[in-house]
Amino acid sequence: MVERLRSCVVAARESALVLRRLLVVMLLVLGIQPAMAVEGMAQPVGDPVVEARVNKLAEELRCLTCMGQSIADSQSSFSADMKREIRAMIVAGKNDKEIMEFMVQRYGDFVLYRPPVKSTTWVLWAGPFLFLILSLIFLLMKLRKRRGQDAAELSASEHQQAIELLGKRGVDRP
Amino acid sequence: MRRFLFPLAIFIVLVGFLAAGLRLNPREVPSPLIGKQVPAFRLAQLQAGDKFISAEDMRGKVWLLNVWASWCVSCRQEHPVLIDLERQKKIPIVGLNYKDERAAAIAWLNQHGGDPYLVSAVDMDGRVGIDFGVYGVPETFLIDKNGVIRYKHIGPVTEEALKTKILPMAEELARG
Repeated sequence: MVERLRSCVVAARESALVLRRLLVVMLLVLGIQPAMAVEGMAQPVGDPVVEARVNKLAEELRCLTCMGQSIADSQSSFSADMKREIRAMIVAGKNDKEIMEFMVQRYGDFVLYRPPVKSTTWVLWAGPFLFLILSLIFLLMKLRKRRGQDAAELSASEHQQAIELLGKRGVDRP
Repeated sequence: MRRFLFPLAIFIVLVGFLAAGLRLNPREVPSPLIGKQVPAFRLAQLQAGDKFISAEDMRGKVWLLNVWASWCVSCRQEHPVLIDLERQKKIPIVGLNYKDERAAAIAWLNQHGGDPYLVSAVDMDGRVGIDFGVYGVPETFLIDKNGVIRYKHIGPVTEEALKTKILPMAEELARG
């Protein structure tokens, strides 16, 4: 009985030790990770409100030197310059629309991840929906045609032939 | 047989679109600045640091603005072409030394066969570059007598690009 109690205590102590170690590891991971993340960021300066706006705008802009990345995601010097310009314009009191216009004037609609709907871009916006509608129409037409085939009336001679065939079957059957 | 024709037609159209897409160079983004006034700038000169150069100084001439840097690898490729162009005295070339160090830029010119530029403007922090919509170096702008940007060449200037596009356009603009 005592023996069993002692082994229980030892086991408990051991598991407590394991837990404590796990906790230390977790704290280390949690503690270190944010520090590393901050280190990797491009110049985390100043006002968090301004930075939040910079980031929001930067997510809408394409990094033209690294294709397929937004300026917010990219660490390229081009993106750093863009972020610097955006930051400067925000500090100068420009609104989001003015900042986006500044970028479009210099880099064209291509710099926007959501280009405006105009004569050159409407296919881009409407294309998928047009395609969906066309496919639906196509599908409906196919289905209707198939249903028509199923319900096709037999002509009199076909009817007669069917009866003969079925009848013969019936006779042949044992 | 006929029931395959429709999917085949769709397939061919799709291949057509994809083939056209493959041929497009994603780096060649059409510039919205074509047909617009050249962005105003006033920057220190590269060789004479106490003097300035502005877009206004070039008014009345058809000229090229070539964006370059000593760190730019493709610039080495176009440099002999520019030097050759300068010798022909057909069109003045203004350099925009983009995000570079002055000493490095001058050393680079000496190392690579000379300075083809009438003058180079020093755009150390790249602000003027942004006004020109620069996103890759080298880039070259053709600007007319009234300071309107007429053409943008992205990537290194080649003999062929000069012969087939840039110089004929420049001659046309000089006449008009």
